Amino acid sequence: MRRYSIWSLARNARGHHEGWTEAWRSPEPKPEYDVVIIGGGGHGLATAYYLAAEHGIRNVAVVERGWLGGGNVARNTAIIRSNYLHDDSAFLYDKSLQLWRDLSGELNFNTMFSPRGLINLAHDKSGLVELARRVAALRLNGIRVSMIAPEEIARRIPALDCSTRAANPVLGGSWQEKAGIARHDAVAWGYARAADSRGVDIVQNCEVVGIRREGGRIAGVDTARGFIRARTVAIVAAGHSGVVAAMAGIRLPIASHTMQAYVSEPLKPFAHTVVMSPALVSLNQSDKGEIVIGMGTEEYNSYSQQGSLTHIEYVTQKMLELYPSFSRIRMLRKWGGIVDVSADASPVIGKTPVEGLYLNVGWGTGGFKAIPGSGWTFAHTLARGEPHPLVAPFGLERFHSGRMIGEHGASGSLERYK
Amino acid sequence: MLLITCPFCGPRDESEFACGGEAHIVRPADPAALTDAQWADYLFMRKNVKGVHFERWMHSHGCRRWFNAARDTVTHQFLAFYKMGEQAPDIAPVSYTARPAPRTDPALPADPALHTDREGAR
Repeated sequence: MRRYSIWSLARNARGHHEGWTEAWRSPEPKPEYDVVIIGGGGHGLATAYYLAAEHGIRNVAVVERGWLGGGNVARNTAIIRSNYLHDDSAFLYDKSLQLWRDLSGELNFNTMFSPRGLINLAHDKSGLVELARRVAALRLNGIRVSMIAPEEIARRIPALDCSTRAANPVLGGSWQEKAGIARHDAVAWGYARAADSRGVDIVQNCEVVGIRREGGRIAGVDTARGFIRARTVAIVAAGHSGVVAAMAGIRLPIASHTMQAYVSEPLKPFAHTVVMSPALVSLNQSDKGEIVIGMGTEEYNSYSQQGSLTHIEYVTQKMLELYPSFSRIRMLRKWGGIVDVSADASPVIGKTPVEGLYLNVGWGTGGFKAIPGSGWTFAHTLARGEPHPLVAPFGLERFHSGRMIGEHGASGSLERYK
Repeated sequence: MLLITCPFCGPRDESEFACGGEAHIVRPADPAALTDAQWADYLFMRKNVKGVHFERWMHSHGCRRWFNAARDTVTHQFLAFYKMGEQAPDIAPVSYTARPAPRTDPALPADPALHTDREGAR
């Protein structure tokens, strides 16, 4: 890997920037690997990177149906935070947040991580009590968050309607200073480049069409480019997790829905923090000045990557209730991602009944922020054959034992699991 | 926007309806006799089909009655509407999975699941 630096920039400037090489190879898949990761999204690429970088397992392939950055890793609102209610989630997401801080340096790729702080709003009494409970739980876990008063919120977000006549009155909020955003494409590219340079094969346009077993053990995967034998196979397929798991005869407590986001034309800087509201709208301003609006999941199962106009109308109405001054802003484009929402809105990570087959799925509406922590802990899980302590509570068995980790409030997936 | 045909009221706009998820999940006759895994399968595990999905809808801003529908989860096209308690119509499954490439491992028998229809097999 050629390191990116001020010197490489200067050297290439002298050559009129015609000397840059590809950031990662596009190899043909080998017939056999130690580990095959199904899904080249953020979580799959991060897992491959940490397998190679932390555990010395380099004979790894990441097989991706489409192209890098074509799935949920680039179909989100790029928000990074760790203010989750339960101990298990708080520790896992906070590990991720810690990794984000040094990620650009570690990958030698600028992920543009910008810890600009995040406000969660409460619009009614019960919402305020719920936020206060979450803040108290987080502080007991050593994660720095605090409650902030409506006056302070009004001062920090002038565009927000904090008047007494507001449709969604602002009664208070919580504040996490170390939360922020990052550039989502860069996360995929940075992990891909760093993993590739350590020997990982990233195979794009290679859809998995079947999973083969020998007895109770995994044998490998059938792909659109032939059979690939592997000792360990990991399903990290996000929205398509159910489709892939079904190939191995595994049923998941997961439903796939579309979640949309849209962006406006670029504006002068006015939103200095990320703002989340239970009225289904998250807002941040990108470094280009666009307002990025995130919406909740849609009601019915979908694999379309396109959200409905009905939902856009609904969210636009909510957005204008919260930010009346946006009424004349033009929205430029929108996108939809297929989110895999689990029954308790927490991910499903760990072993399966098939030996050598692992799951890292069900991240639902909150996967982007968890990419580094998920990859780091899941690589450990694959390398040792035992779940990392941070993800041990997230196994598929929890749906049998009833030890659920309900994070509907913190994850924003308020839609009922059906 | 979706145009949904309520079997009782006729075609109406999507905004009048609520989706109730996968249809034809039968409540076990004797829950106490089930293992934890079987009970979890009934409560939480879903087909989550990519293709033709049989699901429940409710005309919540209309007659407030439940009915079933078959819908393609990729194109969102509705293929059938039918009342609760009726048999699911016989609709050929759609596969959005690519065909496997010819390169195979001779040491292994071919996976029969690959040559049958996956949605139908489940």
